[in-house]
Amino acid sequence: MAKAPKHTMSRALVRRETISGYLFLLPSLIFFLGFVVFPMVYCIILSLTDANMYTEGLGNFVGLENFIDLWRDSVFLEALKNTFIIVVVSVPTVCAFSLWVSSAIYKLKGPLLSAFRCIFYLPVVTGSVAVTVVWKWMFDNYTGIFNFVLKGTGLIDKNINWLGDSRFALWCIILILFTTSVGQPIVLYVSALGNVDATLVEAAKVDGATDLQVFWRIKWPQMMPTTLYILVITTINSFQCFALIQLLTSGGSGTNTVMYYIYYTAFKLTEQSGHFGYANAMGVILAIFIGLLSALQFKLAKEK
Amino acid sequence: MKKILALVLSLAMVAALASCGGGSSKPAASSGAANSAPAASGDKSSAPAASGDSAEEITLWTYPIGDWGKEDVVKGLTDAFTAETGIKVNVEYLDYTNGDDKVNSAITAKNAPDVIMEGPERLVANWGANGYMVDLSDLMDDTDKSEIYENVLSACTNSEGAVYEYPLVMTAHCMAVNLDAFKEAGADQYLDLTTHTWTTENFIKAVDALYAQYGDTVAAVYCAGQGGDQGTRALVNNMYGGTFTNADHTAYTWDDPANIKALEQLKSMDGIAFDASLAGGDEIAKFYQGTLKMAFCWNIAQQLNPNAADTGAGKTISGDEIAFMSFPSETGESKLCGGIWGFGVFNNGDDGKIAAAKEFIKYMCDSEHTADAVKAANYFAVRDTAEGTDLTGIWADNEIMKEYQVLMPYLGDYYQVTTGWAGARTAWWNMLQKIGEGADVTETVQSYMAEANNPTTEG
Amino acid sequence: MKSGVKRTTPYKVISIIILVILAILFLFPLYWIVTGAFKPTTDIYASQPVWWPSEWVTSNFEKLFTKRSAPLFEIGSLVAPTVPAAIRWLVNTVFMSVAAMLLTCITAAMAGYALAKKRFVGRTLLFSLIICAMALPKQVILIPLLKEMSALKLYGSLWAVIFPTVGWPFGVFLMKQFCEGVPGEMLEAARIDGASEARTFTQIVVPLIKPGIGALAIFTFINSWNDYFMQLVMLPNSANFTISLGIATLQGESSVDTGLLMAGAALAAVPIIIVFLIFQKYFTQGITMGAVKG
Repeated sequence: MAKAPKHTMSRALVRRETISGYLFLLPSLIFFLGFVVFPMVYCIILSLTDANMYTEGLGNFVGLENFIDLWRDSVFLEALKNTFIIVVVSVPTVCAFSLWVSSAIYKLKGPLLSAFRCIFYLPVVTGSVAVTVVWKWMFDNYTGIFNFVLKGTGLIDKNINWLGDSRFALWCIILILFTTSVGQPIVLYVSALGNVDATLVEAAKVDGATDLQVFWRIKWPQMMPTTLYILVITTINSFQCFALIQLLTSGGSGTNTVMYYIYYTAFKLTEQSGHFGYANAMGVILAIFIGLLSALQFKLAKEK
Repeated sequence: MKKILALVLSLAMVAALASCGGGSSKPAASSGAANSAPAASGDKSSAPAASGDSAEEITLWTYPIGDWGKEDVVKGLTDAFTAETGIKVNVEYLDYTNGDDKVNSAITAKNAPDVIMEGPERLVANWGANGYMVDLSDLMDDTDKSEIYENVLSACTNSEGAVYEYPLVMTAHCMAVNLDAFKEAGADQYLDLTTHTWTTENFIKAVDALYAQYGDTVAAVYCAGQGGDQGTRALVNNMYGGTFTNADHTAYTWDDPANIKALEQLKSMDGIAFDASLAGGDEIAKFYQGTLKMAFCWNIAQQLNPNAADTGAGKTISGDEIAFMSFPSETGESKLCGGIWGFGVFNNGDDGKIAAAKEFIKYMCDSEHTADAVKAANYFAVRDTAEGTDLTGIWADNEIMKEYQVLMPYLGDYYQVTTGWAGARTAWWNMLQKIGEGADVTETVQSYMAEANNPTTEG
Repeated sequence: MKSGVKRTTPYKVISIIILVILAILFLFPLYWIVTGAFKPTTDIYASQPVWWPSEWVTSNFEKLFTKRSAPLFEIGSLVAPTVPAAIRWLVNTVFMSVAAMLLTCITAAMAGYALAKKRFVGRTLLFSLIICAMALPKQVILIPLLKEMSALKLYGSLWAVIFPTVGWPFGVFLMKQFCEGVPGEMLEAARIDGASEARTFTQIVVPLIKPGIGALAIFTFINSWNDYFMQLVMLPNSANFTISLGIATLQGESSVDTGLLMAGAALAAVPIIIVFLIFQKYFTQGITMGAVKG
């Protein structure tokens, strides 16, 4: 009996918190539900239909047919493989590179440090389209600066068709993506390194630990939250390579990705164009892929 | 931090001012009411049959067809039209790289333009076939039908007799050579500059001579995308007399041994590269810059204004002379790919817009103003007279145009309306990329052609 | 930094050298854009790269500015004088970025506070949803979003690009991290004093998370300035182009003119770089603070 009032109290509290919580959430929820969640649900529904550009509405329910077709579509499988390569290559290299740069610059004097930080951040700020336009020129088969320099230094004797050769094109795109991704991680690592507990480092050094040992035993564990955060944002970034692919290769030369193939299937003027159900099925697979990746990362984050 | 916030806020204020612009910008098509132009044009005798008055505003999307991709030129034409009819024309300029996607996404968003300018392969074979276009046959009386060249008209008409494109101009696509570079390499002996033709044998010799002189790629089989692919198709088809489709336009036949031979030949030549980083437009730019010594993506509009750069007719950027040539073939007589361009009307369910769009087409394609519209395109008219105006003499004062006439008899079959055309184009450039990477020619050609013939196997 | 007597080891020397080389490489594209924008055509099309313009010319910008034109802005039936379209594209981009920035900051700060400090039903579910949606590329929801914008009659207007940016839940996530740092006792004290929820939020929470809001503001501004995909799909009319979309369109046109493209790229990149350099300090502060708690 005695417990009843408390129970109702907390219930009232919960209700009050819920109401005020949702009131605060409301403006954000309108946008989030309206322009992210609702389209996502719509996407899932469409992926189970044969909806297309030419007929109104949802089309006919076809079950998992689109997914089965995707599994047999060699173009899609290649796109999926490329997407996977981009993420798997760029995320660790960005992390490792930015960690190295940060540890090399974090002890520098103020102006020098911020100059370096700025320089590595500039490609992010420059914007993907402007960056792409200039890289396209630099990679040019005939008049590009890469071929000129490499030929001039005798490293190659015939022009390399960077963006037109499937042995190189994907790596060129990963390189550009890399330069536009390391800015933020460097800023984060610099500050994380600066925040490492100095007394611990001092103590370890007194005990005769080498620099490398100090780094792995003391600094690295303390930077774990930062690293996880960097993993998350770099992963997000790796999926934003649409502009690079569309403007540099239009998905040719072995650079197709799921992101581009969705757009291609939806709107390019081909016989397959306007197969919305099919395109949305790709979207669903991509979303599942990303969902799993995010879940994994946040599980790791919780454990630490 | 306060300072920053203040700065951000003031920035926001400035932007808010500007913003009103951005904020209110509705799609042009839906803000017709804002226009206070004088009257509708129902009283015009030339106005086509329509239920009710014409709309006061229409949108025109145009691909870069000669100078129809240039704002100052097009504005001159549409302003004259507006002055006469009171119908305002909002023009958007599409490109061949992303233009199609843009139209398709606009269709999906139920926001297609009222009038579009392009060729039958898109207007008839694609958007028309999918039911988005308005039949324009009511714009054509018997005189028009007899005036417009028969092969052009048939390309613009679908099998049921619906006309989805009112043609304006046509040309034959050809190739071009950098004459100064040819002379330097001693390769000009292989060119016949009076007939503008050459044989495959001479073409091969010329490429070898150029390669010996420059030691680098002198011509590119570009395949970054479908842009300008008529050039690579014509090159491959003509070298040994292959075909691309059958005569009925029902199936693709490009696995013809003659084509395979041509592809093998091209692949084996040092001076020719299969370049997957270039599309047609890039190839022209590289030729214009002098890097490439030949361009396969050429036509009279390019000859008149290379790379649309306004640096003088028939000259590269460094002033080298450009000669247009027909594609090489065994006899020298080749079959050139035709280009036809005209207007189509999207059915947006608004009769007023459709009526205004038809009025626009009538004005541009079949009136005393047609000569201006044709000249803006830098191509040839598709008819000899329009509403009594003679169109045969409009290029009389232009030497280059007159000279180019020698190629017109080689105009081949307009096969771009074959079933599954859009898919075939995609298959073609993908196939070239694969061949360029060293895949077996016969096998690759067969598998991609099969894909073009059976588009339904996909997805 | 008491730690460590400064020793100049070979490793340090080498790493500084490598860093300087890397810095030059990172700066190079920008250098190439800016010089390219001012190079005469002969330099640009020269068979060998010209490292420094033989002559500084403005002809590329002249071409850029005369190529297309559009009214500076349109408010209802009021149409401003015609200007080069590139200027209009900049105006559009500024409007879009500022609108996205303001909306995101307001909605995300409120939502972040609720997620961090309120214990309401469905909180965990919502937060998981936000985490999952954060990495979602826009291509996934391309078709539904296009249909939705068409139904809302927003297709073709800048709002069709702004709203999905605001909906992207990264801002909420970031703000939640910041709000976690607001001491619960202060909120409790305010409640006991009888302050309303709105008052508590504006008077206590907002001042405390200001640096975070600042960082999010700059972050959203840059992101939205540099976004491209949504613009490509949603904005068909050149009067509503953004600068990114404008340059991309120039690149797609049949006459490829590198100098013109560089002029466009410079026009797009330089303003945003200036904004970044001005706010740089607050920006780095902000992103670090958000992350350390992540």
